[in-house]
Amino acid sequence: MTDLSLIRNFSIIAHIDHGKSTLADRLIQFTGGLTDREMSEQVLDNMDIERERGITIKAQTVRLNYTAKNGETYQLNLMDTPGHVDFAYEVSRSLAACEGAILVVDAAQGVEAQTLANVYQSIEHDHEIVPIINKIDLPAAEPEKVKAEIEDIIGIDASEAVLTSAKSGIGIEEVLEAVVARIPPPEGDRSAPLKAMLVDSWYDPYLGVVILVRVVAGTLTKGLHVKFMQGGTEHLVDRVGCMNPKIEQLSQLQAGEIGFITAQIKEVEQARVGDTITTVKNGADKALPGYKEVQPVVFCGLFPVDAADFEKLRESIGKLRLNDASFSFEMESSAALGFGFRAGFLGLLHLEIIQERLTREYDLDLITTAPSVVYRIQLGKSKTDDAREIELHNPSDYPDPNRIEMIEEPWIKATIYTPDEYLGAILKLCQDRRGIQIDLTYVGGRAQVTYELPLNEVVFDFYDRLKSISRGYASFDYEQIGLREGDLVKMSILVNNEPVDALSMIVHRDVAEARGRGMCERLKDLIPRHLFKIPIQAAIGGKVIARETISAMRKDVTAKCYGGDISRKKKLLEKQKKGKAKMREYGNVSIPQEAFIAALRMGEE
Amino acid sequence: MARALYIHWPFCLKKCPYCDFNSHVRADVEVARWQSGLIADMRREAEVAGGETLQSIFFGGGTPSLMPPSLVSALLHEAESLWGFDENVEITLEANPSSVEASRFADLASAGVNRASLGLQSFDDGALQMLGRLHSAQEGLAALGVAQDHFDRVSFDLIYAMPGQGEADWSAMLDRALGMGTDHLSLYQLTIEPGTRFATDVRRGALRPLDDDSAADLFAITRELTDAAGLPAYEISNHARPGQESRHNLTYWRYRDYCGIGPGAHGRRGGAATLRHKKPENWLASIDRQGDGLSEVRPQNAREQASEALLMGLRLAEGVDLAALSRRTGIERGGLVEDGRLAFFCEMGLAWSAGDRIGITPSGMPVLDGLLAEIVPSELVAA
Repeated sequence: MTDLSLIRNFSIIAHIDHGKSTLADRLIQFTGGLTDREMSEQVLDNMDIERERGITIKAQTVRLNYTAKNGETYQLNLMDTPGHVDFAYEVSRSLAACEGAILVVDAAQGVEAQTLANVYQSIEHDHEIVPIINKIDLPAAEPEKVKAEIEDIIGIDASEAVLTSAKSGIGIEEVLEAVVARIPPPEGDRSAPLKAMLVDSWYDPYLGVVILVRVVAGTLTKGLHVKFMQGGTEHLVDRVGCMNPKIEQLSQLQAGEIGFITAQIKEVEQARVGDTITTVKNGADKALPGYKEVQPVVFCGLFPVDAADFEKLRESIGKLRLNDASFSFEMESSAALGFGFRAGFLGLLHLEIIQERLTREYDLDLITTAPSVVYRIQLGKSKTDDAREIELHNPSDYPDPNRIEMIEEPWIKATIYTPDEYLGAILKLCQDRRGIQIDLTYVGGRAQVTYELPLNEVVFDFYDRLKSISRGYASFDYEQIGLREGDLVKMSILVNNEPVDALSMIVHRDVAEARGRGMCERLKDLIPRHLFKIPIQAAIGGKVIARETISAMRKDVTAKCYGGDISRKKKLLEKQKKGKAKMREYGNVSIPQEAFIAALRMGEE
Repeated sequence: MARALYIHWPFCLKKCPYCDFNSHVRADVEVARWQSGLIADMRREAEVAGGETLQSIFFGGGTPSLMPPSLVSALLHEAESLWGFDENVEITLEANPSSVEASRFADLASAGVNRASLGLQSFDDGALQMLGRLHSAQEGLAALGVAQDHFDRVSFDLIYAMPGQGEADWSAMLDRALGMGTDHLSLYQLTIEPGTRFATDVRRGALRPLDDDSAADLFAITRELTDAAGLPAYEISNHARPGQESRHNLTYWRYRDYCGIGPGAHGRRGGAATLRHKKPENWLASIDRQGDGLSEVRPQNAREQASEALLMGLRLAEGVDLAALSRRTGIERGGLVEDGRLAFFCEMGLAWSAGDRIGITPSGMPVLDGLLAEIVPSELVAA
């Protein structure tokens, strides 16, 4: 049993590539958690995708036993938090489980926007923040300048920042000493009724659902009958332990400690982040504050390229959902794309991760339709229906426009941090996307600009555009700020005068024309020439706002065909027929599936 | 019963870079062995598809003008004794317009050939060279004169829609061709066939075919000029003064029975498709082994026959008689064409329908393959 005064719970905040994982590895190594042989690189980021993208999706903790220079042995619980705004709620719960944080900043690159969001959250949790300037042995390192940035931009004292090079093993012990000295120990009454916060949960094929907890009060022991206060379910705790980083089973976790439990739970959906775990008998009467139900904000259609893969897709989505209760899905059918699913995500990164895992781990070829957001629509009374409010997840469910009294769309507050030479282009991008400038400040050669933007403009391809106009230097972060009324319309795409459901989208009236023109131009290149000319139109209601024409095919004939060529000609015809069978028909036009895929693929323009 | 006979002579002096026909270059050809082989092949066909007189014989290749006239004569005698000839039988031989070959035209005519089809291909030496032809423009014109002196009917081929060819260039050449006094012309757009040297050149980027739109323009010009000269198109690439059409080739397009002998020759007779060994040596070995060159006799069901009849027949300006095709195959009219699609394309002016006959209009002809894919029902085409 570890005395509260000898426990330190802290998170690690860093921008992608600033060396977070390497530093964590060094800390584990230094405290003897793993032998050199056992260290696979970057222990914390388990998933392939996490490693490749350098981001953390699931919270991970490691318990380090560190004997400090003062002779005491401390229990250090290092928590690696998700580093992306899509998982802001999960981040907030992780931070709530800690008393402090170490902030890792690259000595050459300085402070980045993504770091800021987490730092500010951490500050909001009253955390003690220990700044660490990493990669100090790089030739381009400017630790003094970075210290000034930390003080200017973040507003915390950086005079005692620890200088490290995780790669070269410089300053590792100093980090541990600073954690012990500067981060306060947790508090908690170990004899009070049990209150443990559910920080995260994941599915392990051998253990079932593993739940990461921070015990806030009381003691969590193996064999205890517990209740999830928000979820309302009861479970028997069959394992209690910690990761050091190997799984170590313990008999109990006490107030102030972080560890894991298993309780024969089959689906992560039952173990919701932020829930409070207490005992069935003599339990706490009040749950911990801060619990929220997660709501998907970005939606898209997922369809198998090969219709025969539908069942496999259904199974795979089901399996993924075992481990990630934060996305939702329901069946959808489209005349163009066949059977698939409409899925909801916490954000764009979340969408991409799920899509990528389906492709990679389940070996599926997917068509992902353009992402859309959730609109709230006030419908007026009709002859057969009362006035009511609906939520629109799919443009093809757009109601009769005559009944629409008001449409609201989600807005975000975006913080963009960029070298100032790209500022002009970025301001224009935000302006084009209906942004409202809230703030603009300069620090050194960098600008921080804050915009309010409609989320539907951001899901389209904002991030890719931002990256390309700033050559990858701008960083971007956002938070949701609620719904606002907007002049939103459904834009239909008509091919040979027939609407193509899968290509319709909801856009603001002001950008509809540009968006429509872009789509028509793209389709013009994607749909093969036919025997007649094909108008491609973008329309709002009955009004055409953009138009392209695919000219008719003028030559498609076998010049020479005599007795010996009949069989060959027939084979050619068979092939043509087979090709046609793979296409979808709209108004006498055969559209190859590749055209849908390319037209709908997000982020390309 | 077949009333048309095709005889394939597979040898060439040189393989042309655009040609994907069954042609081979050999240093020596044992004429006697070939004569007996072709006669054996012919007898086998007469056994199963004889009984009526022949309306046409066609010597194709390869380069049949390389055949010794005595061989041609022997084959014609054999055919006449097996089938008998129509009074005005059409006997065509494909000829290269070189001076050497022209010197044989008189003997070939005496052997019985009454129609020559000359592979002139161009009046331009640069184009001829590019096409890998061994004759010059001058030599070609001279051979044409010789042919016109000796054969009752003469046709010649030109290849157009060459890389970079413009409208002025082609219409000038076509004007000249129409002034040569023949009553038949075969005018082919250059097509890059898989497996040819041109296909390799295109893949490597060494040859850029004329784009489809320009080719379509040249096609339209061709129609205009030949119409004006009284040699309208009766098939996609074939033009004739009315009555001077190639009767033999009409047999293919009208999908009537024909026998094909010699290496790689195809036939359609008695509801079966026949195919012969393509490689000359294999064909000879087959003759020795089994008395004919057949490699395959495949009975064709009604659907196959119907689709073949359509894809051949719709090449003709006269179109296809669906009532006749229905009687022949037992498939009702509704199963022979996609009537909805046909109506759609009729309305667009690409096809026509008149009573039992349907056809493709002049503006539909350049996109015939695309139209076939729309009009011919999938059930007929399914393998």
